Amino acid sequence: MNANTNLDAEALLAHLTDALYPAVSADTALVGIYTGGVWLAERLHAALSLTQPLGTLDVSFYRDDYDAIGLHAQPKPSDIPFDVEGRHIILVDDVLYTGRTIRAAMNELFDYGRPASIQLAALVDRGGRELPVYAQYVGTTLTLPPDQLLALEKDASGQLQLSVQPWQRRG
Amino acid sequence: MIHNPQLNKNGELTHLLTIEGLPAEIIRNVLDTAESFVSVAEREVKKVPLLRGKSVFNLFFEPSTRTRTTFEIAAKRLSADVLNLNIGASSTSKGETLLDTVDNLSAMHADMFVVRHSQSGAPFLIARHVKPGIHVVNAGDGRHAHPTQGLLDMYTIRHYKRDFSQLTVAIIGDVLHSRVARSQIHALTTLGVPEVRVVGPKTLLPTGVENMGVHVHHDMTQGLKGVDVVIMLRLQNERMNGALLPTAQEYFKCYGLTQEKLALAKPDAIVMHPGPMNRGVEIDSAVADGTQSVILPQVTFGIAVRMAVMSILAGN
Repeated sequence: MNANTNLDAEALLAHLTDALYPAVSADTALVGIYTGGVWLAERLHAALSLTQPLGTLDVSFYRDDYDAIGLHAQPKPSDIPFDVEGRHIILVDDVLYTGRTIRAAMNELFDYGRPASIQLAALVDRGGRELPVYAQYVGTTLTLPPDQLLALEKDASGQLQLSVQPWQRRG
Repeated sequence: MIHNPQLNKNGELTHLLTIEGLPAEIIRNVLDTAESFVSVAEREVKKVPLLRGKSVFNLFFEPSTRTRTTFEIAAKRLSADVLNLNIGASSTSKGETLLDTVDNLSAMHADMFVVRHSQSGAPFLIARHVKPGIHVVNAGDGRHAHPTQGLLDMYTIRHYKRDFSQLTVAIIGDVLHSRVARSQIHALTTLGVPEVRVVGPKTLLPTGVENMGVHVHHDMTQGLKGVDVVIMLRLQNERMNGALLPTAQEYFKCYGLTQEKLALAKPDAIVMHPGPMNRGVEIDSAVADGTQSVILPQVTFGIAVRMAVMSILAGN
């Protein structure tokens, strides 16, 4: 499959917004995972007119590759400005691949309290799962070889773009 | 190029022994990382799993409750196992050498040593001696360095003042005997603070301290003019018994920080103190408890900064 044919990030975001619309309520909390997931969550939060404040998560302290590659160079503070206890949460990330980031994000969320449920919205599911993780809401599904990285970027005007780059996985 | 014993062959921090000679990016990386740990302290479960299964040994050969406690809290919040070596009751008092103590603890799979020692250089000796993969944090060596205190003081300044490049900072008191002051001076100059002043009587300022890049003042009213950050150092009572000072009252008159003197600094100047304070000797209670004092936030930031240091070291 030619990976470049489905890479209009703005169109995929519109598709994701439509998929989420019937699923959200006044109590739903969105949590974006840095960095691409936060950009997406900000757009979704506005487009869906959500009332709960937006949460942001940096999973640097919960990753499973710390012993191999050390601490991530630029951790950002996580901010969960709502009560996690009993909350229905939708995690937002740009690319779902091995599932390890989502495992780390769930472990971190559980240190804030016990949610009623956690679902996942991903702009792109690129397969290659190494853990039993699943996204309920997806912009598109595609396959990429392991030596390629799919990355979300934001340009100066705030437009989101997806790009494929060659990649060497560490750890 | 002289090899910095704190860096491994990839230029990553593997021990924290002194701020002197540390690249500014490494210092800034510690401060940035600490910011994430401050938010950990504000939630229900104040723990992250980074150092789970790792053993941190506190080797305090000089008595300390506060510094040792903050290192212990920091390590536990990283999920590490913490062991405090009680020096008096340990084999050191039976004549065991420092390096033999370290070797024995290493054989018990220690991953990190936090060391405070009355002899300058002791942590360096330990760092040279341990195998790769074991990290050493200097919690204060003689009069030489107290790098985590210097870092948490920089974090505090950055929190309230944001931009180092516009600041005037005054360090006031017994700089001669202060490893804290030395670490602060190295950090401030490395981070590009344009004016660093040391203020104190001639007997309590090191000869040649100007060579560290600071301006010397013996008159506190001059030294405080227009300052953004005031750092007060503790006057140790022992100094009064030697011939260095007349009395505590005389010291307070000339070098104690009162509201009147603080008014000479900028109106939004912050007041810092590494602690513990001698109220009425170097600092007036009204100032210590006043609105410009950030002495208690320093303690909170100290835990986050030490978490940052330990988690950066343990990952390298």
